[in-house]
Amino acid sequence: MQIQDFFRYTFNGIRAQRLRSFLTTLGIAVGIGAVVLLTSLGEGLHRFVLAEFTQFGTNLIAINPGKVTTHGVSGALLSNVRPLTIEDTAILKQLPQILDVVSVVQGNGAIKAGGRQRRATIYGVDASAARVWKFAVAAGRFLPDDPPRSARSFVVLGSKVRQELFGSNQALGMRIRIGGELFRVIGSMESKGQMLGFDLDDAVYIPAAKAMALFNRESLMEIDLLHTAGSSSSVVAEKVRKALQARHGKEDFTITTQEKMLEILGGVLNTLTIAVGALGGISLLVGGVGILTIMSITVNERTGEIGLLRAMGVEQSQILTLFLGEAVLLAAIGGLAGLGLGVGGSWLFSLAVPALPAHISWTYVASAELLAAFVGLLAGVLPARRAARLHPVEALRAE
Amino acid sequence: MISLQNIERIFQVGDEEVHALRDVSMTATDGDHIAIMGPSGSGKSSLLNILGLLDRPDTGSYELDGVKVSELDEKEQARIRRHKIGFVFQFFHLVPRLTAFDNIALPLMLAGMKQDERQARVTAALAAFGLGNRAQHRPDQLSGGQRQRVAIARATIMQPSVILADEPTGNLDRNSGIEVVEILEELNRQGITLIMVTHDPELGRRAQRQILMVDGRIEREAEG
Repeated sequence: MQIQDFFRYTFNGIRAQRLRSFLTTLGIAVGIGAVVLLTSLGEGLHRFVLAEFTQFGTNLIAINPGKVTTHGVSGALLSNVRPLTIEDTAILKQLPQILDVVSVVQGNGAIKAGGRQRRATIYGVDASAARVWKFAVAAGRFLPDDPPRSARSFVVLGSKVRQELFGSNQALGMRIRIGGELFRVIGSMESKGQMLGFDLDDAVYIPAAKAMALFNRESLMEIDLLHTAGSSSSVVAEKVRKALQARHGKEDFTITTQEKMLEILGGVLNTLTIAVGALGGISLLVGGVGILTIMSITVNERTGEIGLLRAMGVEQSQILTLFLGEAVLLAAIGGLAGLGLGVGGSWLFSLAVPALPAHISWTYVASAELLAAFVGLLAGVLPARRAARLHPVEALRAE
Repeated sequence: MISLQNIERIFQVGDEEVHALRDVSMTATDGDHIAIMGPSGSGKSSLLNILGLLDRPDTGSYELDGVKVSELDEKEQARIRRHKIGFVFQFFHLVPRLTAFDNIALPLMLAGMKQDERQARVTAALAAFGLGNRAQHRPDQLSGGQRQRVAIARATIMQPSVILADEPTGNLDRNSGIEVVEILEELNRQGITLIMVTHDPELGRRAQRQILMVDGRIEREAEG
């Protein structure tokens, strides 16, 4: 049998029962549509979250005090953790492949200017922060490169704080009060937006040493490193670990590379995408049961035809292939319709919620179509096998 | 050349054994015209099913053109049905969703002949059976006689050496029946062996050999 005749014959069987075939393919279409739509949403979320995290750049390494372990007693309980200091930052800056280093202290506080007051996040950082975190200055300049321990009392405002405290008035050169101490405004930042709900614009930046004094701390909360683009972050992380270990005597800190974090995050998000895809798969399963039912009915109705085909010298295996082909074709047509539904649905979703655009992954789309055909194949096996095993004499008697 | 030797066929119906064929032996030479006659349940159809390789005898042997076909496997039997045997049924057995053209082309298509090669052969068959203007009609748009002519065209499109007809006129009015029988007899005159099961004594008398079956046995055979 020629391949085009095979398709013509099986398609003819599907077309002969328009309504029934339509409803059966609809079942598969809904299933595939759900799989495509849900994986598109998952993939969209994936990209959205990764974009949020990579807006600071991808060659970042963060060092936090204390060793995070998955078992045993935490370092904090033993209380002999040496804190991270501004001097650690200076040492790390000497290492090869390290472009910039930022000391980070973070807290909350009241900021007063003129008659206005606002509570905002206060970041104690170095001059390098704007480069490492890729923040752009809107007016004035970022913190100057003062000696860390004797930095002057300058402050750079986030765009929201600037707007709330000064409105349309000139902010540069003004003196503001942060936690009772006076700072001179030397710059304001461009809007950076939110990251996972944290408003990065509702913040001010002051020298790290000033922030430590303000919050009554003796140590840093974090050190961020920017390494050269060409170098492997794990190699750099290892050098950092050795350098710090030499200073601290043991590993009482935790190094997190951006690469590692993105990898873990990507893994989690992938699992999420697959999980929602599997939810769609359940409706696909229901569609498969629909095909099984319809094919069983079809084999019953066409028993006479099966007998005829056998009388005309069609082999059992060929009968099997014909009915399997019909089931797969039904499912594949439904699958194509489902792709349309899913892609259309994702597009509508992107229109409705532009902040979280659905992203159609064509790998998932292609595998969804293959999955549909596979479901058809599975659902077709039982009815087709029954068709092939019919005794020709019995089958001919059916009409 | 057909040769049946001591064919037995027993069916299990519930607890009971039904002896459908008892020690049936017969031969047919190429170009024979044979009518198998007898009352209902006498084994006529069972005999035809054995001859058509649709059923296997429990004992006995069946030789077709020098090949012991009763010993072949299902695949080889299917090949012989495809190339040597044409079936004509009482209820036509046309595929309802296919046109007359496609019904006739079905055996060629299933045998893997290309579409352009089929075209000429099926068109010629349609013309030969007086169906030239019915090519694109589906079975429900055809009369009984036309349906049976489509069925005969389909049975002969592969140029078989034997036609097995099971009550080919049983579902037709008198005139259409005569028309169909004349077509079958014409094919027989062209050299095809025609074996026909029938209730109709008049139809039976037209055959050159009549085999009368009673209770699974060949009761007697008459020439005429």
